[in-house]
Amino acid sequence: MTLETAERRMGWGLVAPALLWTAAFFVLPFVAMVALSFAHMEGREVVRGFDPGNYVRIFTDWTMLKALLNSLEITVVVTAVSVVLAYPLAAIIAFRVPARWQRLALLLAVLPFWTSYVVRSYSWLLVLGQNGVVNKALLGLGVIAEPLEIASTRAATVIGFVHFFVMLLTLTIYANLIQLSPNYARAAADLGAGRWATFRHVILPLTLPGVVTGAFLTFVLCIGDYITPQILGGNNELTLPQLIMLQLGRSGNFPLASALSVVLMAVVTLAYFASSRWLRLDRV
Amino acid sequence: MRVLAWVYLALAYGFVFLPVAVLVAFSFQDGRLPVPPFQGVTLEWYAKVLGDRALVAALVNSAVVAVVSSVVALIFGFLAAHALARVRLPGSVLMRGVLIAPMTVSYLIIALGLLAVFNQTGVRLSLWTAGVGHVVINLPLCFAITYAAMGDHQKNAERAARDLGAPEWKVLLLVSAPMLAAPLAAAFFLSVTFSWDEFIIAFLLTRFDVTLPVEIWSMLKSGLSPATNAVGSLVFLVSVTLVVVLEVFVFRRVK
Amino acid sequence: MTAGVSIRSVTQRYGSALALDHVDLEIAAGEFVVLLGPSGCGKTTLLNIIGGFAEPSSGSVLIGGRDMRGVAAKDRPTTTVFQDYALFPHMTLAENVGFGLRMRGVGREAREATADAMLSLVGLAGRGGRRPHELSGGQRQRVALARALAVEPDVLLLDEPLGALDLKLRRAMQDELKAIQRRVGTTFVHVTHDQEEAMAIADRIVVMNGGRIEDQGPPREVYLRPKSLFSAGFMGEVNRISVKGGVSRLGMLPVPDGCLCIRPEAISERGLLRLGPCRVVETTFFGTHLRAMVEPVAAPGFTLKVHLPQGAAPAVGAVLDLGAEDHVVLQEA
Repeated sequence: MTLETAERRMGWGLVAPALLWTAAFFVLPFVAMVALSFAHMEGREVVRGFDPGNYVRIFTDWTMLKALLNSLEITVVVTAVSVVLAYPLAAIIAFRVPARWQRLALLLAVLPFWTSYVVRSYSWLLVLGQNGVVNKALLGLGVIAEPLEIASTRAATVIGFVHFFVMLLTLTIYANLIQLSPNYARAAADLGAGRWATFRHVILPLTLPGVVTGAFLTFVLCIGDYITPQILGGNNELTLPQLIMLQLGRSGNFPLASALSVVLMAVVTLAYFASSRWLRLDRV
Repeated sequence: MRVLAWVYLALAYGFVFLPVAVLVAFSFQDGRLPVPPFQGVTLEWYAKVLGDRALVAALVNSAVVAVVSSVVALIFGFLAAHALARVRLPGSVLMRGVLIAPMTVSYLIIALGLLAVFNQTGVRLSLWTAGVGHVVINLPLCFAITYAAMGDHQKNAERAARDLGAPEWKVLLLVSAPMLAAPLAAAFFLSVTFSWDEFIIAFLLTRFDVTLPVEIWSMLKSGLSPATNAVGSLVFLVSVTLVVVLEVFVFRRVK
Repeated sequence: MTAGVSIRSVTQRYGSALALDHVDLEIAAGEFVVLLGPSGCGKTTLLNIIGGFAEPSSGSVLIGGRDMRGVAAKDRPTTTVFQDYALFPHMTLAENVGFGLRMRGVGREAREATADAMLSLVGLAGRGGRRPHELSGGQRQRVALARALAVEPDVLLLDEPLGALDLKLRRAMQDELKAIQRRVGTTFVHVTHDQEEAMAIADRIVVMNGGRIEDQGPPREVYLRPKSLFSAGFMGEVNRISVKGGVSRLGMLPVPDGCLCIRPEAISERGLLRLGPCRVVETTFFGTHLRAMVEPVAAPGFTLKVHLPQGAAPAVGAVLDLGAEDHVVLQEA
C-alpha cells in the first residue's frame, strides 16, 4: 500500500461519520420529502405515485399563492430594512466607539439575540399588543385616541423579524468592517476621496461579501420561520411556513406540506444563486 | 455628524432592548396580565414557574439534548474538517458543499424531511429524534468553524507530530485538538445555544417529552401571563451568563 | 544513530510540471549535506520525499539500505526541523522535546531526562518549563532542533531552518549547527537557498536547479571548480567571457572554447591569464575589499567586476593592467 492510499483511506475514515450522518439525516429525508410531494391524499390515506397535483394546486389556489407572496414580501422587506439599519450600527461601533469599548458595545447590541426565540416574539406582543406598552404610552401622551392595531398584523411580524436580524447582521457586518485595514480608508482619503466617496468606492465594495452573506442568511432564516409570524402576525395573513404547519396539523396532508416545502426550498435556492457571486458561507 | 452617530447608537440600543426590558419588568408584575399599568413587584411568578414540574423537566430535556447533540456534531465536524483540510481526497469540494448545505436550508424543511423518514421507517418520536435533527443543523456550524481555524501553522505542527512518530489518533488528540481548543469551544457553545433554543425541529420531532421552547410555546397558547415573562427572563439570564463567560474565557482568545 | 541515504532515479511530477527529474544522490552516513538552489528548484520536494511527506512519482529512496516505499513519515528513521519550527504551542519546551519519545512509549522520567539533556545540547539548559511563545526566534529554532534530535534519528532533515532568523543570528547558528552535527554524528540533510550558509556548514553541497542536480562536491570545489554555469553563478559573482578559437571580445585568450568564468576576487594586476588594460568606471568600498567596475580598453561597453584589496584606491578613469589568477572554462548550456 502506498503512502498516498494509506493517507486517503484514513481521510475517508475521518470524513465518513459526518458525511454519512448528513446523507442519512439530511439528503435522504430531503429526497423522501420530494418523493412525498408527488403523492396525494385519499381520505386520511397517503397514496404514493407521481401526481403533480399538489404543485398545480399551490400555483392555482389563491390561498396558497397568497401565502407564498406574503412570505416573499415580508422576507424581502425584512432583509432590506435590516441591512439598512444594521450597517450604520455596525459602522458606528467599528469606527466611532473607542477600541477598548468595542467588544462591550457589540456584546450589548446583540445581547437580546440570546433570549429564547419563542420568548422574543412573545415580548414584542407585550410591546405592540392592544394593551401593550406602545399603545398605553401613546394613549397616555394623547397622541392617539384609540389603541393602534399593530399586533396580529404584518407590521408586527416585520418589526419582530427586523429586531432579530438587525442583531445578526450587526455581528456579521461588524466582523467585516473590523478586518479592513485602516490604510484603505487612509489611501482613499490621501488620493482625495471624501467621506462619502471613500465609503461608496472603497469600504462598501470591500464589505459587500460580508453584507451579502448576512443578507442571505437573513433571507433563509426569515422565509422559513414559523414562530414570528404565528405569534406576532396571527392567522389573518398566512406565510408559507404557517401554511405548511397548517397542512400538517389540521388536515394531516403530508404530501401537500412536502410540496409547499419544496417550493420554499426552490425560493431559497433561487436566492442562493442570485447572491452566490458574493457568498462566503464557509467564513460566516 | 458625530452627534448623529451617538443618537443613532442610542436609538438602536433602545430598539434592541425594548422587548427584553418589557419582558423582564413585567415578570415582576403583581397582577394577572404582563401589560401596563405596573401594579407592584412580586416574585410569585418565579416561584410558580420554578415549581412547575413540566417546565423544569423540559428545561432538563433541553439541556441534555443540547449538550449531547453538540458533542456529536463537534466530534463529527472536527474529524471531517481535519480530513478535508489535510488529505487531498477526490470530490473534496463537493463534500465540503454537502457538509455545509444544511446551513442554507430552513429548519422547517429539515424537520419535515426527518419527520417523513421517521414516519415511514416507524421510528418513534422522542428526544432522540429531536437530537438527531439538532446534530444535522449544528454539524455544518462545527465543521465550518473548525475548518476555517485550521491554518498552515496547525498543519505544520501536525506534520511535525507525525514526523516524530505519532499515529493519527494521537496527532488529533495531543496536537490538533489542544491547538484548536478555542475554536472548538466556540463551536461547541454556539451549538449548545442553537440547540437549546431551537423550536421547530424539537416541536415536530418530539412527542411526550418536550424541550423548553416547545413547553414555552404551549404556555403561550393560554394567553399572556407574567409566568411566561418569568420563564423568558430566566432563560435570558442563563443565556447571557453563558455568553459573558464565553466572551471572557473563549472568544477573546479566538481572536 | 546514523545511516546513509540513497536516492535512485527519483522523479516527481505535479500534473505536467516536473519537480524532480531522475535525481540520483548518495549520502554517506554521518555526512552533512546541503541541498542548495533557488526556490522551485526541487530541493524541498526532495527533502519531503526523504522524510516521507510526499511520495515520488517514480524512483526509490533507501535509508540505511532499507527501501522506504510505503513507509509513513512516523515510521521512518528520519526527523525534520521545519522552516516555521512547528513547535506545539500548548506544550512546554520539555514536553515538545519529549514528544517523539512519548510516541515511542518511553516513560515520563526517562523522557524528562532526555529532554533536559537535549535542551542543554542546544544551549537551553533549565528552560524546559517554558512555553514556545516565551522564546525568541533563535531559541525556538534550537528547541525544534532538540525535539528532532531527541528520538535519535538516523537522518535529520532541515528545511531552511535558519530562514526566519536575521542575518547575524543566522551566521551564529550555522556554526552551532555544524558543531552539534559533529557531536551527534547523525546524517544531516539541510535545505537552503543561501550559498554562504551552505559553504559555512556543508561537508558537501548539492546544487539543484529545475529539478536536477547541477553540481555537487565540497564547498571549495563547488565554488572554485563549478561544473556548470548555473552552479558557478549561484555560488557567487562571476565574470563570463565567451571564447571561441582562442579569441574573445577582450582579444586573444589562451583557453579552450567555451565560457571563461572568473570570480571577481581572482582578478588582480598579478594574474597570469592576462586580460589587458581596463579603465576603472566605478568603485565601492565593501569593508573586506574594494569592488570596482572596470571597462576593458579592448571592449568598450563591456564591464568586469573586480575585487581589489581594501587598501587599493584607484581613481575613476585610471587604467589598470589586469589578469586572472584562477579561472574555469565551462560549456554553455
